Amino acid sequence: MTKSGDLTRISTINGRRSFLGTATLSAAALALLSGRDVLAASHAGAMKESGDVAILNVALGLEHEGINAYTLGAQSGLLQKPVLDVAVRFQADHKEHRDALAATIRKLGGKPVEEKALAEYAKSLKADTLKNQADVLELAARLELGATNAYLGVLPSFKDAQLAKVAARLAADEVMHWTVLNNALGKPLPAGGMPFGA
Amino acid sequence: MQAFSVQAADAVRGKQLYESRCGACHSIDENRAGPAHKGVFGRKAGMAKGFEYSPAVKASKVVWNAKTLDRWLADPEKLIPGQKMGFSVSDAADRADLIEFLRTYNARP
Repeated sequence: MTKSGDLTRISTINGRRSFLGTATLSAAALALLSGRDVLAASHAGAMKESGDVAILNVALGLEHEGINAYTLGAQSGLLQKPVLDVAVRFQADHKEHRDALAATIRKLGGKPVEEKALAEYAKSLKADTLKNQADVLELAARLELGATNAYLGVLPSFKDAQLAKVAARLAADEVMHWTVLNNALGKPLPAGGMPFGA
Repeated sequence: MQAFSVQAADAVRGKQLYESRCGACHSIDENRAGPAHKGVFGRKAGMAKGFEYSPAVKASKVVWNAKTLDRWLADPEKLIPGQKMGFSVSDAADRADLIEFLRTYNARP
């Protein structure tokens, strides 16, 4: 059971009026985002075939990885407050993303990709090489930057423009995380504009 | 004599592109959201050990080389309809550098 029934929850939690104004939504996205399962289901076949579900599932895989990376960082004992609190907050954001993506995939008739065991993420992310807080922050920053570029990179592939818009908003969250982590590492901002997605 | 030159693919730049564009889902040695790339040159599509591919890629007859990787990166869905990678690389020079990096890496002992 997901905490968030639909993607509009992200807007609500962030304290903003939803960007997902009803006047501009496609029928499928409107049904999906407002939780009208029957109408969403009627579009599910076409959406699934379009490949949007596959893209969302890859995104979900990245969110699973991000959540587990923060778990590995927290369990390492290498993070001290207030950095630990920030990591927990960022992990909570990724859980929101996960729940929203999984709910959307189900409503579009797909099967959300399963989370792997923590040990598998530890192996693929080489968690045994983390020796201090900076190592953990470097890993988190690398994953946040990668997720940013991944979300930006798949935008042109979405058949449903409203799903692309949601992916762009997820990318913005990742940029926010990366910027904070980069600053905590004492690194400068990227030189020039448009450093992401290139 | 033609007034153009063909710029050689740059594996060093390819490594940077790999890390910035591919690194969210892929690594050389480990399966992540996408399959590991170690040994990709000469390998049939859908054969990275332990990775759960789409049925389309598993059924494909594609063998990875510079030409097929270029077509894949330019438009994965065009090369293997039904695959699940939504990411593409539109710039031919970027694709060439990425492929050169993968080729160079795979040539290592």
